[in-house]
Amino acid sequence: MAQPVRYLLVGASHAALSALQAIRMHDPDGSLTMITRDDALPYSPTVLPYVVSGRSQPARVALKDESWLASQRVELRRGRTVTAVDTTDCSVRLDDGSVLGWEKLLLATGADPIVPQVPGLAGVKFHVLRRLTDAVALRDAVAGTREAIVLGAGLIGMHAAENLVKAGVGVTIVEMQPRVLAGYFDAEASALIETTFTDAGVCLRLGRRAAAVAAAGERIQVRLDDDSELVADLLLVATGVTPVLDYLAGSGIATDRGVLVDDCMRTSAAGVWAAGDVAQARDFYAADPGARIINGILPDAVEQGRVAGQSMAGDPGLRPYEGGVPLNTYTYFDQQAVSVGRQDCGATVRSEAGAGRYLRIVMDADRLTGIFGINSPFDPGVMWEIIQRRIDLGPVRAAFLADPQRAARGVMSRTWR
Amino acid sequence: MPAYNTIAFRPELCNGCGDCMRTCAEVKTGSADSANARIQISADGDTLALALCRQCGDPKCVANCPAAALDKRLADGVIAWDGSKCVNCLLCTVGCAYGGIVYNAAAQHVVKCDTCAGDPACVRVCSTGALRYLTTARIYNEVGDLEDLFAPGLSGCQGCNTELVMRHALRRIGPDTVLATPPGCIPGMGSVGYNGQTGTKVPVFHPLLTNTASMLTGIRRQYRRLGRKVHAVALAGDGGAADVGFQSLSGAAERGEEILFICVDNEGYMNTGMQRSSCTPFGAWTSTTPVGERGRGKTQHAKNLPVIMMMHNCEYVATASTGFMEDLYAKLDRALAASERGFAYLHIYSPCTTGWRFPSQDNIEVARKAVESDFVLLWEFTPAAGLQLTRDVSHPVSISEYLRVLGKFRHLDDAEVHEIEAAVERNRQFITGLAQGQHPAMARLAADRADDTGARS
Repeated sequence: MAQPVRYLLVGASHAALSALQAIRMHDPDGSLTMITRDDALPYSPTVLPYVVSGRSQPARVALKDESWLASQRVELRRGRTVTAVDTTDCSVRLDDGSVLGWEKLLLATGADPIVPQVPGLAGVKFHVLRRLTDAVALRDAVAGTREAIVLGAGLIGMHAAENLVKAGVGVTIVEMQPRVLAGYFDAEASALIETTFTDAGVCLRLGRRAAAVAAAGERIQVRLDDDSELVADLLLVATGVTPVLDYLAGSGIATDRGVLVDDCMRTSAAGVWAAGDVAQARDFYAADPGARIINGILPDAVEQGRVAGQSMAGDPGLRPYEGGVPLNTYTYFDQQAVSVGRQDCGATVRSEAGAGRYLRIVMDADRLTGIFGINSPFDPGVMWEIIQRRIDLGPVRAAFLADPQRAARGVMSRTWR
Repeated sequence: MPAYNTIAFRPELCNGCGDCMRTCAEVKTGSADSANARIQISADGDTLALALCRQCGDPKCVANCPAAALDKRLADGVIAWDGSKCVNCLLCTVGCAYGGIVYNAAAQHVVKCDTCAGDPACVRVCSTGALRYLTTARIYNEVGDLEDLFAPGLSGCQGCNTELVMRHALRRIGPDTVLATPPGCIPGMGSVGYNGQTGTKVPVFHPLLTNTASMLTGIRRQYRRLGRKVHAVALAGDGGAADVGFQSLSGAAERGEEILFICVDNEGYMNTGMQRSSCTPFGAWTSTTPVGERGRGKTQHAKNLPVIMMMHNCEYVATASTGFMEDLYAKLDRALAASERGFAYLHIYSPCTTGWRFPSQDNIEVARKAVESDFVLLWEFTPAAGLQLTRDVSHPVSISEYLRVLGKFRHLDDAEVHEIEAAVERNRQFITGLAQGQHPAMARLAADRADDTGARS
């Protein structure tokens, strides 16, 4: 085995890039290799719905280019998959059989789509949307499509459905929850979003599961659990994602649903860190500091990556991870939905809906725990900071409820300006 | 990474007129609807909150962007938004804790400040000075490329402001310099060197406290005779300038010798054990104005040496502070140019961590507070233009805010603080009067200058 690299980052999206930048802030010279299973330069899974819609060109979505990577002295190995990790002799095995040694290892392998156990699904051609190649394939398939079925009303499914209907395709969304975006918004907000989608001609089949899938000539037939039948030219499976963990079998690295990490993003194995969608880390809201969640969102991947990178480089400026806060932004049909924090960790102190607008504020005593809006102006980043700092809003409570954006900016100016 | 210019906001000067927002909206969108401005100043109770892109050094909005539509430009530090790449996902707004990038309904995408390519419209229309465009970064970028002409590892106290002054000044003045450093902190920390080697990379000598300006006069004249152009520069303390060295300083100024005399005023003889000088302010503890059962610190007010130097009507006189480096550099440049024609005097207020008794990391903050409280004033004088204030003195922070940071004033009672406040106010009125040309002294200087010109022609 050749000389081990000082830093080996497996994965090349937000968590790994954030770690890389944090490492380089402290250690400009340590050898660093980044491995990605994709042939493309680093990109974000979040941009993929826009590749499908044609808004983003695949050639222009790279988060970092070759010259930047060279300037950071990064060796990027593209199109390679790690198949095994050995924490005893500190090495990984790649899919080409080669072995690469490391001193410090970051697991930032993200997540893959969950393909539900539906009879017949494996036998038909269906789409998923997680990698750039998926997005290009889906984009190219839209051209000849008249009707499409989307399994799952999460962010990926909803984004794809919007793109399809805007391209003139008849779309049916099948979702086993009784409402869309259940993991992101409450019932009222979901209802507003559903109205927009049905007004645009999208057919929503909520509270339904696919019971069976079969090929019907060139088309695909989906039977639902109420025995109704749908037929379409295109099937997109968007029923969620799960961390990529298969390569960790036998490594001894502790996993649950994801890779378990402490507040410095260290795994159970010495010299191994994990961050992003693959990591299962502290829950900001849990009373038990040992509680671990997968908070698979982009801003948190950036945050976890930074913590991991600082910890890997031994940066004394490291501020440990404070726990995951759900943060989602969702733009659909030119409307803006934003959710910061959780709805179930306090009492709703303001809630209003109507005329395409929605705002809900949830507080635990005088501390903000969540704020959710559709077409409601407030600064999500300022709210995140207020939640994370557990700022006592008692003195400004009335003003905050009346005009959260203005009051929060006041808090900002007095606290961290 | 270079340093960058930035828009700074002083809420205490803001009157909420809204001109900045209207102008920004006008410039960026063609309509004066403030809602579309990239800068938002809003009142929340007594707080004026500024929602504006801080152009962060390690921007989270950029890290959060899935479409590579945001980029921190290395050239000017601006975080640039590329509309052709933006996918309107709003994740950047989650990363910003300053309300600096927000969704704009009219534009139907996020908008943010781009500093108007280095000439921000909001700053141009701000009539109160609440918004300023700080270009100090330029100095650090430029000076960083100049050679430090002092040896590394000078033995100054931790956090010494004078070392900063020396290194900055000499870097700027350059290698064609003969330097005089009379007894004081500057040779004390090593400018004249040890064991036969100098502490500078330019010729340096160590005159007596009494004859600095005279020796420098001779050296300058000799080089001129040889046809060599060199800068003759003195770096002296306030004792070496205002007390013991004053006779030769005054003589050289009166004769118009082509010298740049820099007085680094730390308000005492700090090098030899913190004795009082004529520049030590009223009430200050020093080792010769102790505080105890009877003593209450110095019983006289400080001599205003730069005003005295101005009354010599020499080529250039200015005061400066390391809390305001851009101003200091501008004055250093003008002083250097003036020293080609005649006598130039630069008085730099220089807080002393050891002698003034404050934590070593607070030096620049103390220097800033001294100016912001009007305890010292920043101005410059040329015979043609008279005295000009170079920083607004009309909105000072309270003197006690300055005094309480300093151990040498810790014993002061209310009456003594009041005495200092009164002296500061007198000085402010005196200098403001000079700046407005109302003081008879200004008229006399102008008349002298006219006579002088007449006599020569």
